[in-house]
Amino acid sequence: MLSAILSPELGRFALALSCCLASMQFALPLLGAARRRPGLMRSASGFAAAQLLALVVAFACLVVAAATDDFSVANVAENSAVLKPMLYKITGVWGNHEGSTLLWCLILAACGGAVAAFGRGLPDALRARVIAVLGGTAAGFELFCLFTSDPFDRAWPAPPDGQGMNPLLQDPGLAFHPPILYAGYVGFAVPFAFAVAALLEGRVDAAWGRWVRPWTVAAWSFLSAGIALGSWWSYYVLGWGGYWFWDPVENASLLPWLCGTALLHSAIVVEKREALKIWTVLLAIATFSLSLSGTFLVRSGILNSVHSFANDPARGVFILMLLALVIGGSLALFAWRAPVLAAGGLFAPFSREGSLVLNNVLLCSVAAVVLTGTMYPPFMSLLRGQAISVGAPFFNETAVPLAVPLLAAMAAGPLLPWKRARMRPLLRRLRVPGALAAAVLALGAWGLQGVMPVLAAALGVWVICGAVADIAGRVGWRRDPRTLPRRLRLLPRAALGAALAHAGAGVSVLGLAGMSQASHRIVEARPGDSITVGGDRWVLRGVADVAGPNYDARVATLDVYRGHRLVAVLHPSRRHFPAQDQTTGEVAIHTNLISDLYAVLGDEHPERGTVVLRLHRNPLAPWIWLGALLMALGGALSLSDRRIRVGAPTPARSRSRELRTPALEAAAAE
Amino acid sequence: MTRKSRRLWLVGACALGLGSATTLALAAFRQDIVFFMAPSQLLAAEPAAGRTIRLGGMVVAGSLHEEHAPDGTPIARFAVTDGQKAITVRYAGILPDLFREGQSVVALGSLAADRSFRASEVLAKHDETYMPKDVADALRRSGKWDPRFGPPPSAASWNNMTAAARPATDRPVAADAPGAPAGRS
Amino acid sequence: MSTSLGRRRLLALSPLLVAGGAGIGFWRMLHGMSGGSFDPHDVDAPVLNKPVPSFDLPAQAPGRGFSAAELSGLRAPVLVNFFASWCVPCVVEMPALLALPSMLGRPLPVWGIAYKDRTEDASGFLQRSGNPYTRIAADCDGRTAIDWGVSGVPESFLIRPGGIVAWHTAGPLSSGMVTEELGPALRRIGA
Repeated sequence: MLSAILSPELGRFALALSCCLASMQFALPLLGAARRRPGLMRSASGFAAAQLLALVVAFACLVVAAATDDFSVANVAENSAVLKPMLYKITGVWGNHEGSTLLWCLILAACGGAVAAFGRGLPDALRARVIAVLGGTAAGFELFCLFTSDPFDRAWPAPPDGQGMNPLLQDPGLAFHPPILYAGYVGFAVPFAFAVAALLEGRVDAAWGRWVRPWTVAAWSFLSAGIALGSWWSYYVLGWGGYWFWDPVENASLLPWLCGTALLHSAIVVEKREALKIWTVLLAIATFSLSLSGTFLVRSGILNSVHSFANDPARGVFILMLLALVIGGSLALFAWRAPVLAAGGLFAPFSREGSLVLNNVLLCSVAAVVLTGTMYPPFMSLLRGQAISVGAPFFNETAVPLAVPLLAAMAAGPLLPWKRARMRPLLRRLRVPGALAAAVLALGAWGLQGVMPVLAAALGVWVICGAVADIAGRVGWRRDPRTLPRRLRLLPRAALGAALAHAGAGVSVLGLAGMSQASHRIVEARPGDSITVGGDRWVLRGVADVAGPNYDARVATLDVYRGHRLVAVLHPSRRHFPAQDQTTGEVAIHTNLISDLYAVLGDEHPERGTVVLRLHRNPLAPWIWLGALLMALGGALSLSDRRIRVGAPTPARSRSRELRTPALEAAAAE
Repeated sequence: MTRKSRRLWLVGACALGLGSATTLALAAFRQDIVFFMAPSQLLAAEPAAGRTIRLGGMVVAGSLHEEHAPDGTPIARFAVTDGQKAITVRYAGILPDLFREGQSVVALGSLAADRSFRASEVLAKHDETYMPKDVADALRRSGKWDPRFGPPPSAASWNNMTAAARPATDRPVAADAPGAPAGRS
Repeated sequence: MSTSLGRRRLLALSPLLVAGGAGIGFWRMLHGMSGGSFDPHDVDAPVLNKPVPSFDLPAQAPGRGFSAAELSGLRAPVLVNFFASWCVPCVVEMPALLALPSMLGRPLPVWGIAYKDRTEDASGFLQRSGNPYTRIAADCDGRTAIDWGVSGVPESFLIRPGGIVAWHTAGPLSSGMVTEELGPALRRIGA
């Protein structure tokens, strides 16, 4: 019934319609803003809403086709199967190139809709231009979707069953990874649109900074959560025991995050001090450009990795032209208009502004080395024809030393006053964090192996304590403890959010320090054998056959003893998916939040009656993602601050709605 | 603080940041760029000990042996050749499913003192799910593969497959289809 | 003030120039990838622009075998194609090989080398799918393929007069590849 209405043809029509609407959303409001026609300017919101609605319909059509096993749709036939669990039929919609492009467009449209809905306080012309820029970008991507990656293509004759999706992707963590990650990538379109609109208007002021910030925070929170989810996925699905491989695709997501983090901080300076204006505009353009280029590089196959979809250079040419228009156009506009923007306010180097500049310089330096390392191999191969690769050691040796001063400054920055700071009060407030960090440094030097892990542990503690000291100072912890909860509540949410995000970064760093002490062993074992890893005794009890919904599995049973106490029973397995004739390893993980026990089942040697096992003990591993989650939560918390709300004088009842960010909108719309 | 000195501070901070980034990157480039080498190249120009190399070539047929380290870790030992020279590779870990003698591999690791190669990672060059789109289309057109009867044959099976082993062709399946090329060379 | 504005203009222009440079690089990469001349993940063909490695292979029915000396002594370019009956992409490639002269608009002899194949399988395969080869040699143990740096079948090498490898592709030839790459490669070597 539903599938009769929401047919693939309706979907394609809705997609084409949304493309037309997006073109109008681009052209008319821009014209209106240039000619000062209020009617045309106000049409922006209408177009944005209509475009979003059309894309919701298009997306719903694809979801319905996938959920009802309509294998006459080529995309569904290639990526779904009757036996696939319903959750993955739906999430599988964005598990492939075509569907994920549609999702990308949907989120972009949702951004436009969100600006239309929450941007009522913006000046008409600025709002019209922002929505218009978002519309133009969306139109480009919808054209791309229609012409090079149509998700609604029919297959004839329709096969009775689909080919199923890559079993690696059949995983709850990955199912929700793309929407969150894309909400991050695409969310940076809004600051980008604000930057382009500001260049068109020729004016950047404190109000602009205040409007840009919440959108940046929202996108940044999603991107942080998305990257963490991706890293977590590679930890527990790929089964290599690592969490970050400096894979080109991972780098492609890290680059906009680094740039976006810098943008987040420089926008504060614009808002509070009207300084760093041109730089902030450039950062906003660069962040979105990096989001777009990362996607382009991965989809076109120039960068290749375990995560990438099937790639296609012809598709790449289309995206490259699109990028040339969006990035080239905005940078040309920047080159033309930025020099005439008025210069900003003055500040001393040792001040809050100074610390934010330091943050920007270091973050951009990290971004620069990551970019260099990622792009060096393809460019070398192009220019010199030399086959080289740049691996994890390069990134560890360049990005990590730059991150050390960044973390060191991170605790101090928020404690500095604006304009001009003095050393003595700062040192007084950093006494406790400094003492604790020094204690950890001493303890670590005695108990941990390697210089970097010790330093990382100390820096993690330093950053967390710095964040606590910041909040303690603001709330006045020496005063009456009975009113403390009330004082905490009265604290600006933005400050609490920032402190939480900083503490989250500290927690992640502690996790990294812990993971550097991980131990693992690869053994060939018989049932009954016992293996010692990192002080624990693992006993292989046996290996058995288990049937799953669309796979057969071999499951090993491992008992883990610490001393004589049984701490965990783990079941690592290997699943064979007959539909794809593909085998995946299922990692077994037992965590107590302090350390992970991690087991992978390798090959079986029936002739010897043995199995190969890889057993890991990963101290503090969950903290890496816990910290990232805290960062994202910090972002969400600061979004709930009334003061950084979009269009300052909004009624109080919309407070809860502010937390709804583009992807939530998209999710609700589905 | 004048505008000029403020700008000087800013320029200084940027120069310091980017300068240290450049220095670090250049230093790391000197050490950490991983070159791709064939066995004869590797043996002709021995790189510094511990330097990471990507070694590419074919696994010599009949050269794969399994050993066990004292602690029970399985170690795979095999020879990789480029036709001119062969080099012994040791790898502690689980070989990829597609690893086969007579096929090409890429091993990441470094040259040990005994002129054998210690691999930390081994990649079989043919991806199991690899099926170029035009190949899939052509298979479909030629009737070798019909999407209605299941997924395309995996790349791993190409090597074992006689042209007749597919249902759509005209010859019966050979009783002893030639095994993986490795087994017969 | 005017010089400072000029400097600011130059500074503001620099991101565009960097992005433009990167864009041109990406465009060339994509161009090379679709043409097959650039593959950032490929392992270099060790024999490209070098003389063919020495070999002397026996005949494979229904053709005559050949050696490196014969390849070097040729006056016209020739395409050497490694194939096997057990390889699905080789089946796919056959129509393109058979239609090679009509697609190129000129004759180009194709010499085949059956890679790790049983002779009766290989000849049966050629009977069924058509025989595009002028001469066919059998590389039963695959040693010659190793010398040529073949990483899998099919692979094709364009040999210029004098026995130098002028062009190479791993994977099945398609009509697009013939017109967009092989044709230009033939013109480049001036034959």
